Amino acid sequence: MPKRKDLKKIMIIGSGPIIISQACEFDYSGTQACKALREEGYKVVLVNSNPATIMTDPQFADATYIEPVTPEVVEKIIAKERPDALLPTLGGQTGLNVAVEVAKRGVLKKYKVEMIGADRKSIEKAEDRDLFKKAMQKIGLDLPRSINIKSMQEAKKAVEALGMPIVIRPSFTLGGTGGGIAFNTQEFEELVARGLEYSMIHEVLLEESVLGWKEFELEVMRDRKDNVVIICSIENFDPMGIHTGDSITVAPAQTLTDAEYQIMRDAAIRAIREIGVDTGGCNVQFAVDPRNGRMVMIEINPRVSRSSALASKATGFPIAKIAAKLAVGYTLDEIPNDITKETPASFEPAIDYCVVKIPRFTFEKFPGADTTLGTSMKSVGEAMAIGRTFKEALQKGLRSLETKRNGLDSVISAMEFDSPQHLREFVTKKLRQPHDTRIFYIGDALRIGMGTSEIHDVTGIDLWFLENIKEIVDFETSLKDAAVGSGADLKTRLTPPLLEEAKKMGFSDRQLAAIFSAKEDGIKELRKSDGIKTTYKLVDTCAAEFEAYTPYYYSTYETEDESRPGSKTKIMILGGGPNRIGQGIEFDYCCVHASFALKEAGFETIMVNCNPETVSTDYDTSDKLYFEPMTKEDVLNIVDKEKPWGVIVQLGGQTPLNLTLALKKAGVNIIGTSPESIDIAEDREKFKIMLDKLKLRQPPNGTARNFEDAKSVAGRIGYPVLVRPSYVLGGRAMEIVYDEDTLERFILEASRVSGEHPILIDKFLEDAVEVDVDMIADGETFVIGGIMEHIEEAGIHSGDSAMVLPPYSLSDEMINKIRQATVAMARELRVVGLMNVQYAVRDNKLYVLEVNPRASRTVPFVSKAIGVPLAKLAARVMAGAKLKDLGFTQERIPEYSSVKESVFPFNRFPGVDIMLGHEMKSTGEVMGIDDDLGRAYMKSQLAAGQNLPLRGTVFVSVRDKDKRSIIFIVKRLIDLGFNIIATQGTANALKKNGIKADSIHKVYEDRPNILDYVKDGKIHLIINTPSGRIPREDEVKIRSTAIMHGVPCITTISGAQASANAIEVLLKKDLDVTPLQAYHKKAIRNVEAKG
Amino acid sequence: MKKAILLLEDGFVLEAKSFGAEGETLGEVVFNTSMTGYQEILTDPSYKGQIVAMTYPLIGNYGTNPEDIESGRPWADGFIVKERSRIFSNWRGTVSLEDYLIKHRIVAAEGIDTRALTRRIRSSGAMRGVLSTRDFDTDSLKKKVMSWPVMVGRDLVRDVTCKQAYDWPGSETRKEFFVVAFDYGIKYNSLRLLDRAGCKVRIVPAATNAEEVLALKPDGVFLSNGPGDPAVLDYTIREIKKLIGKVPLFGICLGHQLLGHALGGKTYKLKFGHHGGNHPVMDLETRKVEITSQNHGFCVDMDSIKDKDAILTHVNLYDKTTEGLRHRKLPLFCVQYHPEAGPGPHDAGYLFGRFTEMMRTFKKRRGIRVP
Repeated sequence: MPKRKDLKKIMIIGSGPIIISQACEFDYSGTQACKALREEGYKVVLVNSNPATIMTDPQFADATYIEPVTPEVVEKIIAKERPDALLPTLGGQTGLNVAVEVAKRGVLKKYKVEMIGADRKSIEKAEDRDLFKKAMQKIGLDLPRSINIKSMQEAKKAVEALGMPIVIRPSFTLGGTGGGIAFNTQEFEELVARGLEYSMIHEVLLEESVLGWKEFELEVMRDRKDNVVIICSIENFDPMGIHTGDSITVAPAQTLTDAEYQIMRDAAIRAIREIGVDTGGCNVQFAVDPRNGRMVMIEINPRVSRSSALASKATGFPIAKIAAKLAVGYTLDEIPNDITKETPASFEPAIDYCVVKIPRFTFEKFPGADTTLGTSMKSVGEAMAIGRTFKEALQKGLRSLETKRNGLDSVISAMEFDSPQHLREFVTKKLRQPHDTRIFYIGDALRIGMGTSEIHDVTGIDLWFLENIKEIVDFETSLKDAAVGSGADLKTRLTPPLLEEAKKMGFSDRQLAAIFSAKEDGIKELRKSDGIKTTYKLVDTCAAEFEAYTPYYYSTYETEDESRPGSKTKIMILGGGPNRIGQGIEFDYCCVHASFALKEAGFETIMVNCNPETVSTDYDTSDKLYFEPMTKEDVLNIVDKEKPWGVIVQLGGQTPLNLTLALKKAGVNIIGTSPESIDIAEDREKFKIMLDKLKLRQPPNGTARNFEDAKSVAGRIGYPVLVRPSYVLGGRAMEIVYDEDTLERFILEASRVSGEHPILIDKFLEDAVEVDVDMIADGETFVIGGIMEHIEEAGIHSGDSAMVLPPYSLSDEMINKIRQATVAMARELRVVGLMNVQYAVRDNKLYVLEVNPRASRTVPFVSKAIGVPLAKLAARVMAGAKLKDLGFTQERIPEYSSVKESVFPFNRFPGVDIMLGHEMKSTGEVMGIDDDLGRAYMKSQLAAGQNLPLRGTVFVSVRDKDKRSIIFIVKRLIDLGFNIIATQGTANALKKNGIKADSIHKVYEDRPNILDYVKDGKIHLIINTPSGRIPREDEVKIRSTAIMHGVPCITTISGAQASANAIEVLLKKDLDVTPLQAYHKKAIRNVEAKG
Repeated sequence: MKKAILLLEDGFVLEAKSFGAEGETLGEVVFNTSMTGYQEILTDPSYKGQIVAMTYPLIGNYGTNPEDIESGRPWADGFIVKERSRIFSNWRGTVSLEDYLIKHRIVAAEGIDTRALTRRIRSSGAMRGVLSTRDFDTDSLKKKVMSWPVMVGRDLVRDVTCKQAYDWPGSETRKEFFVVAFDYGIKYNSLRLLDRAGCKVRIVPAATNAEEVLALKPDGVFLSNGPGDPAVLDYTIREIKKLIGKVPLFGICLGHQLLGHALGGKTYKLKFGHHGGNHPVMDLETRKVEITSQNHGFCVDMDSIKDKDAILTHVNLYDKTTEGLRHRKLPLFCVQYHPEAGPGPHDAGYLFGRFTEMMRTFKKRRGIRVP
């Protein structure tokens, strides 16, 4: 059937900010969908609050609304745009939930909007546990036995029937939030209570535990003629009980016979038909009892998902793109397979390699968080690796994680245990409880002689996986034997057959170097002299049955190399690897832009990355894609093969930047700002000399390599000081230190992170205003991209603070000073490309905090705010173009305000304090734009999920220092009609100023106390600034409880001020929506910068 | 681990490690893109005369079991994989793939760049090859390969067909139909599905003549899959001709090709054939696409039977080749692919229902004509 002609305009809902369980995979799918629909001639209306996405680039939609993804806003957009259809299946759970809500409110009916892809009925059938159960029973599919409950009493009755352990699943939440497995009554009651709270409909499903069963997923697609295909099967390495987002997963399924696989396939097809997903993709999850093969259906996601992004990257089949085309009426057989060109999309990909996905965690960012993995997702990113064997893919995947592991490294030191028995007990304990590094303990368990069946008993991990890991460990043992063998030189010990076998098993040069006490480069040389070549194979959807036209490669050690280096001038772009806090979608955005811009300019672009969620690893983005770990070895292997004219390291975040020196040493042409300049910016001493020369001020500072050094520096500049390692992103191990004892502790931590680089110590400027500047230069022309004023005062990581563009409180004189300083430094550093500077302003003095001659996290935000694609320009400039020729020579200052707000994962880590500091904690960001700053801020808060109330009760508890400044804010809130409740101290302070406030018990005083009020929904906003640098336990409890109950919690005075403003403007006039394209046409003031 | 060597007739050589029976084997080298189902593939008699290379690199993961067999023994003349699993892990598994191959004396090799091999076959076409764990002299191996018969012109049905007729044990349920199945290399799953569709089945040797079959008074005749070149199977084509119109006919794979010949058509050899479980086939009557199990090296030339009242019913969406046909008036239809699956998707299982439907209609009509 051809595409539908009755539809003209289609609306797509994006997934909003990056949060745990909803990351850039939805930008990947959304971007594909926008492209696919526009290709077909449809007008696309898009809403997404996340400015760091490619999909929100103005050219991907006809009207791009960077507005909060809420039912209210979507309704407004629908009223304004009057789309014919709404495609709800590409924006993750957020998109789906909002679409269902909008449908429920009758908005779609009112404006005659058709929901395409999946309708409300089928979404509810898949999402509502009860309806789902009934649907599956109707078609005769087996399910874990389960009971739905709406209260604790019902729960207690149900558990008697189902037994312990028991699974608790709240209905209608994100990524299993609030779910879990209970092993005893106490855990059970806790989890049920939490689940009831988290569920949008106060409903929890209690389920027979299938803990330890094998877990499988199928990615299914269906068209309107009811043709159904399975795109990919996925087998989870970690058995049932661990959220699939936190599991190591493997494609295709490894341990099912064809007979069993086909039964699963039939079940999935029947399920998608019964659920009624008319067109598009679906993810179907199964559990299989390893003892008897009993197969039960676990769940269906009637939309594209994290797994579908993975399946797309794992097979080369673009699920989201095809889903969009199916939604407008095409059938699978009418759509060509891009990769083979001649065959249609109505087929099932055959793969001839093994794909391993490994989640990336950042528990180190959340001290006190429970690192045990369960049914609630906790990982923030993932790496995918492709190899010809599971062993190779696993080791490649482990080194892709960038957690300082070079493969399946050992993580225990036997020396630390007084007896082998203790060691064994320790390892067994580590195996029993699933946690972020369990995979390494499996290796160690085998190293200390535990058997695979013993490990299987403890972990439930399938023996097939364990056997493969054992083969890696066994081979490592033979390598170790060879390493101490006769003959001193490397070549005689590491013989060619041994080396070749090691490479085939995925051992990195670094692992081999460690085993043979050699240098990494020595192993590489040996590979060369032995003629052991890295070979590249294609991901082609068809196991080589047909010619493939899309150059999507992975490396392996085989006989045939399929790469076809072309003759065009090539530029290689190094991506950012797995998402983590501090390095996420913003950098991928920059890489993608570079690729687009350079392709357009006639270069051949080569992307290297290992993150399956991203747009950068879409085979459509660059001329060539190498899906490879971002390590020196893997990157240089590609360089050797492709011999690019230039390599870009400054766009992918710290990951590629860390490779700069190694690449340069290998003779690679690093384009853009020179590595020497990068070094000046990173090296404190050199940087100081430069600032002195330019007569710029920085906070007094020094560097140290040990505690003694640090002590003397701190003594010289005076406490408080800011301690941090060099060459890290995201404020890892960064801390404000007020005394010597604390200093000693942090020096230890910082030196571990810093490695061979020195530790930086700065005077900390309390209560300063922070400013971020992004600029671009080509060596001749220097243009400010944007100057952003932070809302929170200095001391909070720039990645976590809210920012406003253009600045709202700085004087023109100060802004000019900032401009001049920025340009002066860029000129001095001979910046070619992007540069980010962080300043602090205090007492009308400007301090330079940090200069980074590379893309920053704010580049996408600034680009969207000013309507200029900075990363694209930067890439062109790096490749030799001049800003003059590209038409960007003047700073553009919008007349409207753009606010960037950060989004935090605290609801995933119950009990962890939400206080912000120098360690970055946010997973994502949102943007609010409006002609009025207050409204822009309000939008940013709504988009970030901070539902600022327009009436109700505000709880205020501030430290002594803030008691003066809070008075004005509280007065305004009262004027706006709010009631105020405060703790005794704050209430007294308010009373003295003539403000009436009810007082309330603190946490450890009498009941009911503030926690009860929060839980009972009597508090609508919390303003709570920390009492001291080490927060009191009760404060942590209040803030954490607020997060868990969705009560907005403000922890800074400046934040409270901005919020009061926002509430005030919103009370005056309701928010309205405007597309980005319209903002970009608005009045903009151009300013030429002079340095 | 013992060395093995694979040599193709175009001189392509790959070194490998032996993991099955030791020895030397010759045959046409083909690749199969199924990611699961190696035991069914090994035991499919259609692979007689062929050395099978699996494109999925990790094989043997779930071992072998007594149930997933398509005939009484493995028939493939050699087996090639990238990596065979050292252990097997599946609740039904009983014997490792290695032991299974050794027991059945199948020469097998691992450690081969099967993707390179596949690409070679894709560009050069299916070729003769030798897999040896004894002779590593390429000149000598080349000679052996060149003196081995090519697939075109080979009658391999003789080797795989049953020696005498037998009844499929089947389930206890009452059967509506009695079907005679010609065994050209029949797969058990065809029999299982006929049984499930309500047919009592008698399997007869390939050379059984039509009169004997009709004397059994079957409601329908099933023409099975099988190995080799259909064009040289005169002795079967001749008998099928005699059955056309007298009894409903359903052919699969070789059975389909033989029907094509019996209708007066021709077959030709495909460059490297279809072997896998993911080919899309369109049913031209319903316009629906089914994902199919495929295993054939020859194909019916529709042009050759244009004027014989044959209608194309199924087409392969990959290369547009013939995947099924029926007669405009007479009760017969056949498909090139494998609706019986084993291994592969079950999408086309409805064809067994179509066969019983045809038999039912035929039965009724005959009842009217001969009271």
